Amino acid sequence: MEMLARAHVLVCGGTGCSSSGSKVIIPELQKKLKDRGMEHEVKVVETGCHGLCEMGPLVIVYPEGTFYVRVQPEDVDEIVETHLVKGRVVERLLYKEPKTRETVPNYDEIAFYKKQQRYALANCGHINPESLEEYIGADGYAGLAKAISMTPEQVIDEIKASGLRGRGGGGFPTGMKWQFTRAAVGDKKYVICNADEGDPGAFMDRSVLEGDPHRIVEGMAICGYAVGADEGYIYCRAEYPLAIKRLKGAIAQAEENGLLGQGILGSNFNFTLHIKEGAGAFVCGEETALIASIEGRRGMPRPRPPFPANSGLWGKPSNINNVETFANVPAIMRDGAAHFASLGTETSKGTKVFALTGKINNTGLAEVPMGITMREIIYDIGGGIPDGKKFKAVQIGGPSGGCLPEQLLDLAIDYESLTKAGAMMGSGGLVVMDETTCMVDIARYFLNFTQDESCGKCTPCREGTKRMLEILNNITSGNGKEGDIEKLETLAKSIKAGSLCALGQTAPNPVLSTLNFFRDEYEAHIKEHKCPAGACTALLAYTITDKCRGCGLCKKVCPVDAISGEIKGMHVIDQSKCIKCGACQEKCPFKAIDRG
Amino acid sequence: MSNVTDVPTIKMTINGREITVPKSYTVLEAAREADIDIPHLCYHPDLSHEGNCRVCVVEVQGAKSLVASCVYPVSDGMVVRTNTPAVRETRKTVVELMLANHPEDCLFCVKNQHCELQQIAADLGIREVRFHGEKRDNPMDTSNPSIVREPNKCILCTRCVRVCSERQSLDIYSSTNRGFDSIVQPAFGQGLDEVACSYCGQCTTVCPTAALTEKDDTQAVWDAIADPDKHVVVQTAPAVRIALGEEFGLKSGGIFTGQMVAALRRMGFDKVFDTDFAADLTIMEEGYELLGRIKNGGTLPLMTSCSPGWINFIQTNYPDMLPHLSTAKSPQQMFGATVKTYYAERAGVDPSKIVSVSVMPCTAKKWEASMPKFNDSGYRDVDIVVTTRELARMIKSMGIDFTDLPEEDFDAPMGISTGAAQIFGATGGVMEAALRTAYEVYTGKTLEKVDFCDVRGLQGIKEASVDLGGGVILKVAVAHTLRNARKLLEKMRAGEADYHFIEVMACPGGCLGGGGQPYPIDDKVRQARMDAIYNADENMKFRKSHENPAIKELYDTWMGKPNGERAHHLLHTHYKAMEGRLK
Repeated sequence: MEMLARAHVLVCGGTGCSSSGSKVIIPELQKKLKDRGMEHEVKVVETGCHGLCEMGPLVIVYPEGTFYVRVQPEDVDEIVETHLVKGRVVERLLYKEPKTRETVPNYDEIAFYKKQQRYALANCGHINPESLEEYIGADGYAGLAKAISMTPEQVIDEIKASGLRGRGGGGFPTGMKWQFTRAAVGDKKYVICNADEGDPGAFMDRSVLEGDPHRIVEGMAICGYAVGADEGYIYCRAEYPLAIKRLKGAIAQAEENGLLGQGILGSNFNFTLHIKEGAGAFVCGEETALIASIEGRRGMPRPRPPFPANSGLWGKPSNINNVETFANVPAIMRDGAAHFASLGTETSKGTKVFALTGKINNTGLAEVPMGITMREIIYDIGGGIPDGKKFKAVQIGGPSGGCLPEQLLDLAIDYESLTKAGAMMGSGGLVVMDETTCMVDIARYFLNFTQDESCGKCTPCREGTKRMLEILNNITSGNGKEGDIEKLETLAKSIKAGSLCALGQTAPNPVLSTLNFFRDEYEAHIKEHKCPAGACTALLAYTITDKCRGCGLCKKVCPVDAISGEIKGMHVIDQSKCIKCGACQEKCPFKAIDRG
Repeated sequence: MSNVTDVPTIKMTINGREITVPKSYTVLEAAREADIDIPHLCYHPDLSHEGNCRVCVVEVQGAKSLVASCVYPVSDGMVVRTNTPAVRETRKTVVELMLANHPEDCLFCVKNQHCELQQIAADLGIREVRFHGEKRDNPMDTSNPSIVREPNKCILCTRCVRVCSERQSLDIYSSTNRGFDSIVQPAFGQGLDEVACSYCGQCTTVCPTAALTEKDDTQAVWDAIADPDKHVVVQTAPAVRIALGEEFGLKSGGIFTGQMVAALRRMGFDKVFDTDFAADLTIMEEGYELLGRIKNGGTLPLMTSCSPGWINFIQTNYPDMLPHLSTAKSPQQMFGATVKTYYAERAGVDPSKIVSVSVMPCTAKKWEASMPKFNDSGYRDVDIVVTTRELARMIKSMGIDFTDLPEEDFDAPMGISTGAAQIFGATGGVMEAALRTAYEVYTGKTLEKVDFCDVRGLQGIKEASVDLGGGVILKVAVAHTLRNARKLLEKMRAGEADYHFIEVMACPGGCLGGGGQPYPIDDKVRQARMDAIYNADENMKFRKSHENPAIKELYDTWMGKPNGERAHHLLHTHYKAMEGRLK
């Protein structure tokens, strides 16, 4: 038997922390502990993502819950000697609140975590994702066991009662979806997990898959039992190798232990799982394109109806849910619908995981109850905007979503309120922008993404997004013309109304929402050839003001000889030569060079 | 209103009008019941529906966005509006977007006035294209004698992808690349000569624009006619005369043999002959070959060899089955070999001066004529092939008022033919013609009822058996489209086909639905053309190939016996596997 350890050192092994070096820390820690003869009293555990990726690699020491950030291999010595041997906290490695600059020693007291409510992510960062025992130790597979003791209809009723809605973007009631597949006539049915997380900057699903893979296996098995399916597919993007590795491991463990396969938990319920690696097309996140891809065909959407519930994979009734949706299922079954339904708002129950990125102090993952305000997420959890800059907008819902401006910061977030505000829940990407972000440029960025990812099947999306992008490129490069805004609006309307799938139907959203809230920025680009945020280089002009003393430093530093002037005389920048590198402004001792 | 009473129906409202339609209808089909033809491009009645062009969008009450009516199923109580501001604006924008990425050469495009994109733009009242920018720029494919691909004119409707897959089972085309870079093309962007394309040209009959067209050989014909040194003769296939009128605005189903002959004469051909003559000749050769194989225990079933798309297909895909093919050349090639020998001799014309032109319903005939082996006359047996569509363009370019032309007769002797030859234009026709002759030759009795109705019609595979007496029951099968041909071949390979004789035509409906025939095409048009063909047959003086006096004279005075030595040299061929093409 393994000796009970007096301390646990949790090292985050999520993709974020791995990239910043946690992989080296674990062997380093083990070696050091062995050297000190403490390898039996202190247990090192590689966990899934803790969410605060910005501060990685993260190391947490239990029982105290001391939270060390940006830990480097050379810090290991001190953690072992000071903390584990002498019992003193290593102050310099503690987290500092961005607002107050105060150090916070404990996990629970960090503002980033305080307002979070971890439901889908409950195990992430707390258990070893590669250990079935740890998952079971955290009450894993209790939901499946309970489900199997009920009738499939009762399971569906429970999911319905919980109010769970699809976390992949659409927000369709999960229980109802399951019921459609259950009711569909078919000798064979499938359960599919959409793990083709593709929004730029989104990594909610990856964290769940990497940090708690058994939760997905369990969620899918419960679904299989409820809808009457005996086979499932996890469609996971190939760019998530760690997620795939852990899923494979979890499936193998579940099979070995009678949690997957024939006669699960002694019942007559059979369920097997396969993993299908996606090849990286964004459109394969659309359910009919995803199904085509699993079938080995070109990943292109098809018109619905028929919906997959009636004719899905290989023409059989199929239930598709997103990773985060499945991640909620085991706990709903285990703890009952009422607990889940007690979280969130009237129409949107439970929690939602958001990926915080952009101009925000705490980039990372946060799971919050529905109904929380954007202000709480950005300022309390996210720690506000860095470098004292002013908040400008937040893009929610990825490339299909929209921008919310400052006046909507106090909006209580749920599916309905976001749609009403011209954005959408999407999969939960949050990109925060400050005053230096140009909103036209942001719209251009997202449209560039969707345009690039359009599958090319239907005309409005294939041709229309290209024309919109060309117009936005013109505007941000100073070639905008009167009428461009109206053209954008016309195109946006037709693309939304006329496209075949959700990719096209939502692609114009970033343009429409920025036009709605930041129309003046578009107009400034077109009419005055100015970028108010100073982000569009083509529209920038460096000019020398009368503060110039004629020192000639700017002339010397200019790499393209765009500056002329006599010593002690006023200098001038030739705009046709200037490449807007900003070297002159940096060099000028008299702050005589304006950028704008 | 549907007149079929036992089909489950639903009630719905279109533009405020309540209608009852079969439950299986799409909104587009239902709208037709309300006398509204919703504009569409990717939809084609022959094919599965993709809903990708988005021109046919309509408003369905309760739907989140507009829906493509060609794929949206009707349901009880559904409320549809086809003409709201949102629908009109979206349709117009969608078509403008297509035009913004399309060459602006309508005036001199080969599809001018036949282009569905042009028609829709006109119908929707598009007067300007508001969007401009990059246009796709892909090279043309002129790799083969039959079909020209101009991808810059492609609107990615995928009708060609579907017709090639669903009708022909060849899957030559697919969508490649993504988004704005999407292009429909053969595997790895190869030319059609590098892939297993049969050159049947069905893709050219469904392409709404000029992205896929027949290779235009009309100028070569004009050049030959203008050359005083040349003696230019023309042959016209049986399926041309029953479709040509459509090019001049006439309803499908009319027979325009006399006007066609008159037009050809006015164009300047020295002799206007008929492929039907050679069709009768084919029946003689193929019929005797069949009887010979039955008698001598040769390879059976015997399969017809008239359709070059089919020949291309079997040579590429089923080389092991080549011994089943009749060695008889197609009527076009028999004609070519005969005109430069028999006719040249009789008319006292130097065969080296003869230019042999054929007018065909077919694009694959261009490939067939170009094959090096077809020079048994000592010259190119057939020099130039033009399709029905090209002939129509030539007639138009002369300013001939086709519909008002007086009817004229073909020249003798190679313009004399029978009803058996006329029905070559329809699926089952070659079989029926062969049966009329084989029966009489084998039994020595007169066939009382010449109509073999079992092998007529648009059904994909037809079977029949004919009692030849003496315990011999001739079992036959007829297939049209290469998908059905493939089914028969697979059946043969599996040893499940005990037929004696099989007719295969590459195109749906047979030659009347050939790849060189007028647009638009669907089963209604095919049926009308078919009816015209059987009408023409009934009106012929002779209805059996062996009764054709010109054919009798040919054998009696010059050719010798069917399947004899001269016939073998001039009228028969051999087949080789076409290797190295991407399948």
